[in-house]
Amino acid sequence: MAKLSKLEIDAGRDVQERGLAARLHLDLPLLLFLLLLSAFGLLMLYSASGQSVVQVERQAIRLGLALLLMIAIAQLSPALLRQWSAPLYLLGLGLLAAVLLFGEQSKGAQRWLDLGILRFQPSEVLKLALPMMLAWYLSLRPLPPRLLDILLASILIALPVLMIAKQPDLGTALLVASAGLATLFLAGLRWRLILGLAALAAAAAPLLWSLMHDYQRQRVLTFLDPGSDPLGAGYHIIQSQIAIGSGGLYGKGWLQGTQSQLEFLPERSTDFIFAVIGEELGLFGILALMLLYLAVILRGLIIAVQASDAYSRLLAGSVTMVFFVYLFVNMGMVTGLLPVVGVPLPLISYGGTSLVTLMLGFGILMAVHTQRKSLQRE
Amino acid sequence: MMLGEMFEDRRGEKRLFRARGIFLALLVLLGLLLIAVRLYHLQVVRHDHFTTLSNDNRIKIQPMPPTRGLIYDRNGVLLADNVPSYALTIEPEKIEDLEATIAALSELVPISALDLERFERLLPQRRRFEGVPIRLDLNQAERARFAVQSHRFPGVEIAAELSRFYPEGSYTAHLVGYVGRINEQELERIDRSDYAGSSHIGKVGVEKYHEEWLHGHVGYQQAVVNARGRILERREQKTPVPGRDLHLFLDMDLQRDAAAALGDRRGAVVAIEPETGGVLAMVSSPRYDPNPFVGGIGFRDYAALRDDIDRPLYDRAVRGQYPPGSTIKPFIGLAGLATGVTTATQSKFCGGYYQLPGHSYHYRCWRRGGHGSLAMEDAIVQSCDVYFYRLANDMGIERLDDLLAEFNFGRPTGADIAGELGGLLPSPEWKRRVRNRPWFPGETLIVGIGQGAFLATPLQLAAATAAIANGGTFIQPRLVRATRASLGAPLELTQAKRRPIPDQDPAHWQTIIDAMSNVVEGRRGTARRIRNDAYRIAGKTGTSQVFTVGQNESYNEAEVAERMRDHALFVGFAPIEAPRIAVAVIVENGGHGGATAAPIARAVMDSWLLDQRVTVPLDVAATGSH
Repeated sequence: MAKLSKLEIDAGRDVQERGLAARLHLDLPLLLFLLLLSAFGLLMLYSASGQSVVQVERQAIRLGLALLLMIAIAQLSPALLRQWSAPLYLLGLGLLAAVLLFGEQSKGAQRWLDLGILRFQPSEVLKLALPMMLAWYLSLRPLPPRLLDILLASILIALPVLMIAKQPDLGTALLVASAGLATLFLAGLRWRLILGLAALAAAAAPLLWSLMHDYQRQRVLTFLDPGSDPLGAGYHIIQSQIAIGSGGLYGKGWLQGTQSQLEFLPERSTDFIFAVIGEELGLFGILALMLLYLAVILRGLIIAVQASDAYSRLLAGSVTMVFFVYLFVNMGMVTGLLPVVGVPLPLISYGGTSLVTLMLGFGILMAVHTQRKSLQRE
Repeated sequence: MMLGEMFEDRRGEKRLFRARGIFLALLVLLGLLLIAVRLYHLQVVRHDHFTTLSNDNRIKIQPMPPTRGLIYDRNGVLLADNVPSYALTIEPEKIEDLEATIAALSELVPISALDLERFERLLPQRRRFEGVPIRLDLNQAERARFAVQSHRFPGVEIAAELSRFYPEGSYTAHLVGYVGRINEQELERIDRSDYAGSSHIGKVGVEKYHEEWLHGHVGYQQAVVNARGRILERREQKTPVPGRDLHLFLDMDLQRDAAAALGDRRGAVVAIEPETGGVLAMVSSPRYDPNPFVGGIGFRDYAALRDDIDRPLYDRAVRGQYPPGSTIKPFIGLAGLATGVTTATQSKFCGGYYQLPGHSYHYRCWRRGGHGSLAMEDAIVQSCDVYFYRLANDMGIERLDDLLAEFNFGRPTGADIAGELGGLLPSPEWKRRVRNRPWFPGETLIVGIGQGAFLATPLQLAAATAAIANGGTFIQPRLVRATRASLGAPLELTQAKRRPIPDQDPAHWQTIIDAMSNVVEGRRGTARRIRNDAYRIAGKTGTSQVFTVGQNESYNEAEVAERMRDHALFVGFAPIEAPRIAVAVIVENGGHGGATAAPIARAVMDSWLLDQRVTVPLDVAATGSH
């Protein structure tokens, strides 16, 4: 009884000190960074959409809903998340199978599932379900994992990744794979093994090439030499580099980017919005944005390191890394460092799908952080 | 124990995880650094390069065509005008199904087979991203109908442009000429950048000769465009320089009277102001309407004009080369006086024919019985051939040619009209070069009466006659009297090119003028029928033999007979005391010059000298009030 009351007193003090945020299980620094990013995103979207108030409103509503979802997830205890891990993963695999069988075609790829009321991409589910599953699986075993566990974990990763790659959706497959690999790495995969796997991946590259669709090969070729197809596939890369490069140190000014405003930049409000920022706000504007992103990622890693149990640690760490991979792949693609894969700039690109997934991930981070004692108490 | 082990494990796990977390944080930093380095490369190192590319993307240089200069007659009557015209143009790059588009368009505005034919002809000639006209001259109702439906036709536009219009139609067709769409060969010749915005170029006549003046210089504007090519903002950079307006010596009333005098006969009339060399009238008959050529004449219409046996497209005034016949005799006479080979009073005997010493061939006079003994004046008045055989033979071909060349026979006058031909002044050198044969003395005789290979254009004859009228100065004929850069700018007069003929002895000239005077005034003059009391005319008739029939065309018998008849010629000027007009007339197959050509010259002179006409001073005429 006394013990219990002490906990209550502690909780009471928490409430007194942290007020509403604590009661809602919110991590204030992370929330602050996310809100700043979202606001920045809406501002840039206004410019990138050709000053479309409608698009900004729609995106603001999505952001609001995604934030509510984040808060909702933050209320769940990590224990509950752990219980859901395996079922969610299996559900995700089932949906992926359904997509391959009955999915809707769009631009030569089968990604969407039409549930009557809403169309959604089951591959998104796996961005969270896979780290959850791996975290759950690995946390049950001694860490660092043994070879057999690694093999099994690899199968858990490979299954959804291959199914997504088959749709084909290289960008999402990459993100899901990186989520899995990040979990494995955090679990303590030995360096020898990591280097071995890297060598194996390099060796498998030609095999991957032969498995790729024509348009994917074209993308890789175009990436290696954008000038070979300046009006076709290379157009995106060339125009986005022109936009960023012409922005210079200080940028052309908000709403003043000629590449963006005159529509030379394709996909300017979605995948290529980073180029709009580069053109209009310049190198300094981008560096400021990158610092904000870095703050989110570091906060996520700190939350992971401070987590009280292996499951939470692994999950929080890999969710954070998925966010980073999003960011890196998008920026790399827009600046011409990576081939063009359809990955949006997190929290800023127009669109709802990735937004929901990302906010759910941040909800998990908050749940892990604000309820880090709940598992110990079990 | 178990618990302690687990705790240890947990501690180890936590250490391991912390290390991995830090490693990932470093990885993230490294990744972001990589991006930052890339951004530095793009935005700082290659900033200038990308700025250039970015500007190239959005700023398009658009040519602005200059307005073509107008052409006026001496009284300010507009001969070549620019009128707004609305054409329906198609930019094929923006059209998916050309046929369907044209079919749909033809429901809105009538599109004839002729329009289609022109469209197909222009399609391969156009420059990239340039609209091709499918219909010209849309009227207001048609423009309105299309405007309402224009959203259905991306890539189809109404293009408003200034189109050339010739208000005087066929009366000025040969002289003013016309403009037409720039073709491949012309594209090779012109300064393409200067014609970047122009679709038309002078094809014949003054329009062609004075292309440089009339065209002006292209201007440019910068346009900011978006990715779809829509113009968002125009920034003027260089305004076009409009073409110069031309004011001709031509008198439109005289031109019309000259055309009327010729009637439906084939021939030409050239009237020149002797003091200035200015061309007062220049008609080639039959005439044609130049206006259809501006938009692009239909193939069938063009073929009809081209294949017409009377060859209306052919400018007889400057390209028609005829043996001058007896109209050359005053010039031969002057040559005789100038060289001192003969004098005004020295007489020669005409017995009906002439024989070269040692030859049996009879060079006949037109008068079988001969003229007896006559001197220069009578020889010209009665057009005695034998007198001129003798004179030519005495001079020799070199001295004869030298003086005829001073009157500009044998080469183009250099008048400012395109396509002028130079006729042919036969010479031993010419014969060696062209026919690779030696010169025979008999040929000198033939030159003496303006026959044989000797050819001259009506313009050459008129210009040479003007040189007699003004007492010995050959003035290069010219059509343009003055130009000006724009309406407010000062008029700039063109300068006459004068070349005194080496013989400046007034007595010689007077002898020739007196003789020509008696051709009209004298009892035996060959042109006595045009004598009149109002003013005195000096002239010379001519009849030249037709030695070629047209190109292998099949005429009927009567036609052939008609076209085998001699050409009738007349040169003259008036009034004798102070000549104001020199005229050359040729009527193809007209028979005798005195009967056919001289009355036409008289009508032109009457019109110029007798008709009450409002003469407008140049500066007033050039205000463009007409």
